[in-house]
Amino acid sequence: MHAGNWISEGNMKRVYFDNNATTPLAPEVFEAMRPYLLEDYGNASSIHWFGQRAKAGVEKAREQVARLLNARPSEIVFTSGGTESDNAAIFGIVEAARAERKHVVTTAIEHPAVLSTAKALEKRGVSVTYVRVGSSGVIDPADVAGALRPETVLISVMHANNELGTVQPLEEIGCIARERDVYFHTDAVQSAGKIPVDVEKLGVDLLALSAHKLNGPKGVGALYVRKGTILRTLLHGGHHERDRRPGTENVAGIVGLGAAAEIARAHLDEEHRRAAALRDRLEAGILAAVPLVAVNGDRTRRVPGTTNLTFDYIEGEGFVIAMDLRGIACSTGSACSSGSLEPSHVLSAIGLRPEQARASIRFSLGRFNTDEDVDAALRILPGVVEQLRAVSPHYKAGLGVRV
Amino acid sequence: MSIAIAMSGGVDSSTAAALLAENNLANPSGLSPEVVGLTMQLWNQRRLPQLLGEEAGEGGHASGRCCSLDDVYDARAVANFLNIPYYVINLEKQFEATVVRPFVEGYLAGETPIPCSLCNTEIKFAQFLNMARQIGAERIATGHYARIRRDPETGRYQLLRGVDRSKDQAYFLSGLTQEQLALTEFPLGGMTKQEVRALARARRLPVAEKPDSQEICFVPTGSYRQFIDAYLAEQQRPPESATGEVVSTDGRVLGEHQGIQNFTVGQRKGLGMAVGAPLYVIAIDAAKNRVVVGEDRDLFRNRFRVREVNWIRPLATGDAVDAHVKIRHNHPGASALVEAHEGCEAVVEFLEPQRAITPGQAAVFYDGDEVLGGGWISRVLS
Repeated sequence: MHAGNWISEGNMKRVYFDNNATTPLAPEVFEAMRPYLLEDYGNASSIHWFGQRAKAGVEKAREQVARLLNARPSEIVFTSGGTESDNAAIFGIVEAARAERKHVVTTAIEHPAVLSTAKALEKRGVSVTYVRVGSSGVIDPADVAGALRPETVLISVMHANNELGTVQPLEEIGCIARERDVYFHTDAVQSAGKIPVDVEKLGVDLLALSAHKLNGPKGVGALYVRKGTILRTLLHGGHHERDRRPGTENVAGIVGLGAAAEIARAHLDEEHRRAAALRDRLEAGILAAVPLVAVNGDRTRRVPGTTNLTFDYIEGEGFVIAMDLRGIACSTGSACSSGSLEPSHVLSAIGLRPEQARASIRFSLGRFNTDEDVDAALRILPGVVEQLRAVSPHYKAGLGVRV
Repeated sequence: MSIAIAMSGGVDSSTAAALLAENNLANPSGLSPEVVGLTMQLWNQRRLPQLLGEEAGEGGHASGRCCSLDDVYDARAVANFLNIPYYVINLEKQFEATVVRPFVEGYLAGETPIPCSLCNTEIKFAQFLNMARQIGAERIATGHYARIRRDPETGRYQLLRGVDRSKDQAYFLSGLTQEQLALTEFPLGGMTKQEVRALARARRLPVAEKPDSQEICFVPTGSYRQFIDAYLAEQQRPPESATGEVVSTDGRVLGEHQGIQNFTVGQRKGLGMAVGAPLYVIAIDAAKNRVVVGEDRDLFRNRFRVREVNWIRPLATGDAVDAHVKIRHNHPGASALVEAHEGCEAVVEFLEPQRAITPGQAAVFYDGDEVLGGGWISRVLS
């Protein structure tokens, strides 16, 4: 009944399969940041040598991020992270819009950084349409087109979903946005550095990314703002970032984001193949070893490292703890919504019943995961599932039948 | 052997966790038992913000009570201090369904419910044990002042009072099953509260000086009436303020009340009438929506019925046992004859009349230190 003893701290092999929550800092990124914490500590807005050294670091990073996105450096604004970038984009466009009645189109599967912002807009009298999604976890562009109104000022659709990993058809939505002359924002926090993100191909006007999801440091992100796009700024202060984001630049953080973007771009193809192979082996191994498991979302349209699985007759909370006690870190849904009572809005949106949503687990693999990590997880996981199912009052009665 | 300790963030469960963790380290076998700390998140105080009062404005938090953010913070700090794995498990839905709602319904039905006993049976043992099993723990532990002993002759587990008579929490545990008792440890059962404080201080536990909690954990202001009103409003149910009659023991109508949930047996204040001798609530008649009042001596009664009785030491239907019976937590207890009836009921007959036998409260039967069983007072008999 028990999946072996808990491993005592000393000889515990720890495996990190929660890279969609955050990633470890790459050593090269840390090395790139180090001088800006210790030696080149100037304020990037200062006139003197110290300031110029810092400024040079920031501008190099701007070029590196621009290159990752096929954008111009002048279109990159550094922020405190994905959430600020999303807020700045959405509030910025809606507040700057002159229309009397305003309407925003977004989706039911967005990250809270977008969903909560949309709810805040609704409280201010802006109407918002939440486009629904089927079991694939992929938005139908026709539904976005159908939701547009004459007074629509913004479409906001995420690039890759954080819980399922599913990649949204941004190119098609970008075409619709251009045809209808509506601003188009995307939350690319889960795609940047994992799959090609080309602002021209995708046709986006605004794009949010976060450094710590691509082996950069926490507390820094970027917002791509297409040239000519007028944003009302959220914050008020000095003239930093071309008047688009006041506040002394987080120089070391920005340098780290730049370095992380550079590394991600250089290794995009090989890392994509490697992460996808690991994820596929983990997924196939689980499906082979454990009965009554299903993969959530369209398996052919996903970022490489992510899989989301429903294990019938388990409670996700207990699973995550049981796995952690044996050294494997994974998650139910997203870290941003864990601890909340309601089942994941994303899993509900793709049609899972509450008990299925609660029985769903996300494994997200990243740059530093290895074959040995997958082996360790596959060794431990079947016993843990069995242990949880043994406690379920419904398991034996329903054996062989999906809940 | 792996064990999950329920950590509330208070000094008792923190000290219990410390003792288990030390035991873990001291085990020389090499196959050391593993300890994991779990905090049950049972109720979100922000849910009924009107109850938080001035101590917790916007973005603030209630402190020193069950499940406030501070308590999770404290429990986590202790677990870090002890270097044991620690997790918060969310049981809010189960807590509401099995403790809060019955508590409110009990008041609305004219009873004076005691949620702590229900919480122990339904949440702290049933749900907690379930989670412990899910994560692979073989046993559970809590910081209750009570003891468990296996009777070598019958093989059954006995529940005993804690050594510290002033902290008898066995009263709240009379609903435990044999299975639960078999899998549970109470590391503090053999200690006094002072000893536990001293142990906490000696180990410099972060919560060593934390005051004891007193209130019903989910009623932050200590006013259950406000809680009931706020909860009913949240549930979009009309506040139960059906007025009814206040009558004397011989049936004379003396006045009007604003809802039976505002009264409890033995209550003196709040009747809103002054007629010579002090008046007390003698009984609440939910069927007639009446509050019966009388003199203090009318409160003294001998017999009552108990429902949902759990026998820890079995008693066959129709049999009777001499026991020491407590009718509320702070009742010193009195000698009585307890007769087991069918349908998990019992009838208790005190040798001396006892004051304010109150439906909804837990009646617990003892033989010395041993808890024989207990249940809910359902009706006072004539």
